[in-house]
Amino acid sequence: MDRVAQKGWWRKDLLGIQDLSREEIEIILDTAESFKEISTREIKKVPTLRGKTIVHLFYEPSTRTRTSFEIAAKRLSADAVNISVSTSSVVKGETLLDTARNLQAMELDVLVIRHAAAGTPHMLAEVLPASVINAGDGFREHPTQALLDMLTVRERRGTLEGLRLTIVGDIAHSRVARSNIYGFRTMGAKVRVVGPATMIPVGVEELGVEVFYDLKEGIREADVIMMLRIQKERLQGAFFPSEREYARFFGLTLEALKEARPDVLIMHPGPMNRGVEIAPEVADGPYSVILDQVTNGVAVRMAVLYLLTGGARIGVAH
Amino acid sequence: MEPRNSKKVLNAQGMRRALRRMASEIVERHGGAEGLAMVGIRTAGVFLAQRLARELEQMEGSSLETGIIDVTLYRDDLKRGRRHPLVQKTEIPFNVDDRKIILVDDVLFTGRTTRAALDALMDFGRPALVQLAVLVDRGHRELPIRADYVGISVHTEREESIIVHMEEMGLEDEVLLVRPQSAESP
Repeated sequence: MDRVAQKGWWRKDLLGIQDLSREEIEIILDTAESFKEISTREIKKVPTLRGKTIVHLFYEPSTRTRTSFEIAAKRLSADAVNISVSTSSVVKGETLLDTARNLQAMELDVLVIRHAAAGTPHMLAEVLPASVINAGDGFREHPTQALLDMLTVRERRGTLEGLRLTIVGDIAHSRVARSNIYGFRTMGAKVRVVGPATMIPVGVEELGVEVFYDLKEGIREADVIMMLRIQKERLQGAFFPSEREYARFFGLTLEALKEARPDVLIMHPGPMNRGVEIAPEVADGPYSVILDQVTNGVAVRMAVLYLLTGGARIGVAH
Repeated sequence: MEPRNSKKVLNAQGMRRALRRMASEIVERHGGAEGLAMVGIRTAGVFLAQRLARELEQMEGSSLETGIIDVTLYRDDLKRGRRHPLVQKTEIPFNVDDRKIILVDDVLFTGRTTRAALDALMDFGRPALVQLAVLVDRGHRELPIRADYVGISVHTEREESIIVHMEEMGLEDEVLLVRPQSAESP
């Protein structure tokens, strides 16, 4: 039977938003919406992934994303194991591929991986029969973050079609920005990016976004403003003179917010640097949907785990 | 419209009568509608639960709470490489603790869907009692499950299927017994 002709989900892996169709994104968001209710039940658990083993392999620090994946796995009754670099064989010199093969020998079903090198999840997805979920690869993609962001906006606005999204901050070093640009564009939104020239990657216009170097101009009439975290740990070079100066020009304050639409939504992938990229009054203000993003993160990750564990490699016969 | 290889086992009037009779059996057994709530299993079960609730409301004059269960996440046939069915919302907008719950489905066949629905319901709390109401009982049980209220019992072969159409789906109310295509075409 022709798979393409059937509505539904067939992929084994979630490696990025770039290669997803609008229909595929909608399937994930609809499924996530159905999963939200589980977290409000007396017993916050369904038996769907009973007996499935999920490994979270994080080569970069993460509390939020890893915890969110872990809760998602547990609400679906899967067994989740966390491996962080410092405690693993990586320090003993084992290659990534050997680590992955060892995990596969333990019959894992899903590998959730975060790695500083772009493309790592793709390489693993090629060799492993297990599903691979990209939880962040270098500056490339962070697909589940974009999905939870899209869900949060769709919940509030009903659709992403025609909305104006402005992403503010270090676009060049942000996989969150990249995944969101792909996702919101695919769903029919208009996307602008704002930041200091040193943080806007060359050729970003080719992704279908408009570039602004002035915050107030960039957020004018915006429906959604997404503030990116200033990643102090990544920015060893001098991308901007000081935090104070960055805050003055690109920090989102109540004053700057007057330029946006009165019902604008404010998002932040966390963790926030209060007083740097976002003023506390804005982060805690009525337009902020930052905590909705966290709640939706669990639902989106449950949906992805559910869909991928039913998927198979394209071309594999059954 | 009736395809060649199908037979109508219940028409619109028959469905209306069956539901009315089921509603009066429910009232009779419980001495009214007090403390009852209806939970429909997606998709047709939801419409049937709403219709039964309306019948009960007309008989007893008090309104009844209804809920929706999607059993997908509790199915016993989810496997890798078999695309997982899309999940829809489960909505139980009331506390099930100590309530008398009537679970409603369109067709009772192997009993596996009912098993899944019971497991789902129990995750919401501890009902005082759960009963099962189905529009069609077609036999071939694979689990020790039976219905408390049945609209119509139909003798079927295993490979045949029962299709329930309802106005809520944009179709005329009817129940069809469909024989497999291969048996028909010579």
